[in-house]
Amino acid sequence: MSPAPAATAYLQITDVVKDFGGGSPAVNHVSLDIQQGEIFALLGSSGCGKTTLLRMLAGFEVPTQGTIVLDGQNLAGLPPYLRPINMMFQSYALFPHLTVWENVAFGLKREGMPKANIAERVEAMLKLVQLQKYGKRKPHQLSGGQQQRVALARSLAKRPQLMLLDEPLGALDKKLREETQIELANIIREVGVTCVMVTHDQEEAMTMATRIAVMSEGKILQVGTPGDIYETPATRFVADFIGSVNLMDGKVVVDEPDFVEIDCGFCRHRVGHGITGNVGMEVAVAVRPEKIHLSRTRPDGDVNHVKGTVRDRSYFGSFTVYILEIEGGRRLKVSESNVDRHRSDTPAAGDVAWATWPDTAQVVLTQ
Amino acid sequence: MTLRLFLHAIGFNRGFGRSWLLAGFVFLYLPMAALVVYSFNASPLQAAWGGFSLRWYRDLAHDEQLVSGLWLSLRIAFYTGLASVVLGVLAAFTLVKYRRFMGRTMFTGMVNAPLVMPEVIIGLSLLLMLVTVQRLQVGGKELGFPERGLVTIWMGHTLVGLAYATVVVQARLQELNKDLEEAATILGARPIQVFFLITLPLIFNSLVSAFLLTFTLSLDDVVLSAFLSGPGATTLPLVIFSRARLGMRPEVNAVATIIIGVVSAGVVAGSLIIARNERLRAAEIAAAQRA
Amino acid sequence: MSHRPLATSFFDRMHAHPLFRRHGRKAVIVVPYFWLVVFFLLPFFIILRISLTDMEGVVIQPLLSYRDGIATLAVNLSHYLFILRDELYSLTYLSSLKYAAITTFWCLFIGYPFAYFMARARPSAQPGLLMMVMLPFWTSFLLRVYAWKGLLTEGGWVARALVAVHLDDVLARLDLIPAPGLFMNTPFSLVIGMVYTYLPFMILPLYATLSKMDLRLLEAAADLGATPWVGFWKVTVPLSKAGIIAGSMLVFIPCIGEYVIPELLGGPRTLMIGRVLWDEFFSNNDWPMASAVAVVVILLIIVPLALFNKYQAEATEVRT
Repeated sequence: MSPAPAATAYLQITDVVKDFGGGSPAVNHVSLDIQQGEIFALLGSSGCGKTTLLRMLAGFEVPTQGTIVLDGQNLAGLPPYLRPINMMFQSYALFPHLTVWENVAFGLKREGMPKANIAERVEAMLKLVQLQKYGKRKPHQLSGGQQQRVALARSLAKRPQLMLLDEPLGALDKKLREETQIELANIIREVGVTCVMVTHDQEEAMTMATRIAVMSEGKILQVGTPGDIYETPATRFVADFIGSVNLMDGKVVVDEPDFVEIDCGFCRHRVGHGITGNVGMEVAVAVRPEKIHLSRTRPDGDVNHVKGTVRDRSYFGSFTVYILEIEGGRRLKVSESNVDRHRSDTPAAGDVAWATWPDTAQVVLTQ
Repeated sequence: MTLRLFLHAIGFNRGFGRSWLLAGFVFLYLPMAALVVYSFNASPLQAAWGGFSLRWYRDLAHDEQLVSGLWLSLRIAFYTGLASVVLGVLAAFTLVKYRRFMGRTMFTGMVNAPLVMPEVIIGLSLLLMLVTVQRLQVGGKELGFPERGLVTIWMGHTLVGLAYATVVVQARLQELNKDLEEAATILGARPIQVFFLITLPLIFNSLVSAFLLTFTLSLDDVVLSAFLSGPGATTLPLVIFSRARLGMRPEVNAVATIIIGVVSAGVVAGSLIIARNERLRAAEIAAAQRA
Repeated sequence: MSHRPLATSFFDRMHAHPLFRRHGRKAVIVVPYFWLVVFFLLPFFIILRISLTDMEGVVIQPLLSYRDGIATLAVNLSHYLFILRDELYSLTYLSSLKYAAITTFWCLFIGYPFAYFMARARPSAQPGLLMMVMLPFWTSFLLRVYAWKGLLTEGGWVARALVAVHLDDVLARLDLIPAPGLFMNTPFSLVIGMVYTYLPFMILPLYATLSKMDLRLLEAAADLGATPWVGFWKVTVPLSKAGIIAGSMLVFIPCIGEYVIPELLGGPRTLMIGRVLWDEFFSNNDWPMASAVAVVVILLIIVPLALFNKYQAEATEVRT
């Protein structure tokens, strides 16, 4: 579960609104409490307001309403160059006419740090990102991954109280992205700086962040750890946005303190925990594809399974995804790990199969 | 149908393109070639070739009118270049950074208009305004300022130069990655520092281009100079123009050849340097990607 | 985490204050704005005012005078009436528009294929080609126009070449030159001079637009069955519309008021308003008349000027 909140959070965003005047506000009454040392991700698709919120933290946009307080200090009225905050841009924004060394030293020079200290700090930063020998190069003489590391070194050089990341891995290709995700998160944790990152890539958010806020249309839909968000989504939107999910609409028919049963028409769910609600309530049941198992034989009992025909089968190497067509033309997505190298009884397209899932697999959603 | 096929065939035939380009370049360079060739003509008559001679070049040095005209033109061109670049940078900044301010449309119109406005119009209106100011009664006496001469010519040239400089600098400013200035700001640089440390170095090449462009335009201007000059302020183009009206003059050819030589050397050298830098840079980028 | 106190010197706080930031911005806008208003806008109002008065010797009569309790506004429309009534003026205005249009047409005719083939040339060759187009532009235009005098007078290279291929007979029959062999000071020499001078102004914007065109669009058209000819007219030309307009305006508008080329190459038969204006001012010393002529020219070019301004604004729109 989420870490217990401290008495006052390190970064307090309270009821912030940003209205550009074109209909609904870009950021619509957002409040967040972020702890020191967290890597906090704002996740959502383009236009959801996450970048605007980030820019307000940086000082590039001024909130129409609301306050932002960092370590007890209200940031209102402070221009970006006076805030103890740094930002890493998606395009890296390295100064093309300066060397790597000068890029990293830039912020320190503006601070008025003595020359000797600057040299020390720059060396330390370059060592941190493993680019000690590249000090004299110019940005165009570096590869994409190297440029990103310089950008990181530059934003950490001033030891900011808050670091902002704008789609940090957006410019990298897939292979590089996976390696860099872990490396980046490690460096940030090593330094211990509080981080707010913005991304539309769930994988990025899930791997790097300690907590995620899912945003849509300027509002926060859910805040929680990656596990919380994935396994216990609060709304249909969140459930659907993160990963794949099967959503089934139904009505509560049995409501007990330690289990409920939901009738979806074509199948009947038995969920192994109580919910707040009563009999007759309309709900949606969310089941992730990897929680479902396919078998050729009809399971016992009459809950938590459904019969269908395999319409499609896609082999991904480490797992296989099946599309199961069930009653009424509905489709169920099932993902099975290929644990055995040569299983002979895997269902093929056209076969009849039963999808089953345990009573811990479902999430009951009321929104 | 056959016409179509014919046109189709010649329209996209490699050879056709090359011939058109060649013909075009011949058209462009023919007059320059003629100037150069006849500058070495011993005979002053254009029609007859009297043998190779350098006499017109020798005469140039003693041609007081031409020499003083050149000196004046160079000074005016230099000041014009400076003022145009400074004003052009400010105007370009205004147009690119400040999206909404009162009178923006009018500003854009005024900055763009001198690019196409016929010079006689600009010259006449500017002169009449300056005369009006000159004749203003201040304390019972005429203001008398500005006197027609170098300063007034400079004012007119800078007006047109401002328009050209703005176009050049604006193009470069827009290309600039906006993130760069924000990155500098979040790293602690105040707006003035951002301008001098980041923006200016990155647009520097366009400032040089703008300077050279406005310098050249000023050096070459006839109409504005004619309207705005005063006694003793005769620019080189005005000298050449008054002589040219009367007919062909071989010393003009000599001047022309010198100018063509200097400009060509400059343009070619400049292009080669730029091309070389581009190649080096591309090679470095490619090397970095492979590493 | 080290807790750094915010560095706020007086200077910093001053910079941060919204009032200062606004003023910093104002300073940048005001300086060029001021220059333009004083040297560009104000003069137009002044020539308008002068065109509505008369001149006595060297003194311009006042528009508004006050004497013995009576304020008199004297607007003298005689110059404008003269322009409207006098045939020569109307002919000259029309003639200027005509030559400007002809020049624009030929610049487009020669310049478009030129820019097109430049844009389609080998990428490595393009900077060189561009340099070769720019080089004449950088050398004095006055001298190059003067050179055409030499080329077209009797015995000049072009004159001799045209006579040799009997093109002069054709030109004479088209009334572009008064008689075979006499090329100077004719409509022919004027148009050649103007096309020559303004050609780079047409080529450059066209080249800029054409070189930015995505060639894959032509490939897509070909896939859909279009021949290269159709591809050219239906894809390339419409896409280069902005360049065509820019180039045309860069040629047409200044040509209307062109003075130097008509003076050196045009001769008495070619009526151009630029020369009329010059003569009114320098020869007749009639400032109000010259001003009125100028005001009418401005009225003539307001529409193309607005068109050009619109194109410039669009072309420089910041793409977010």
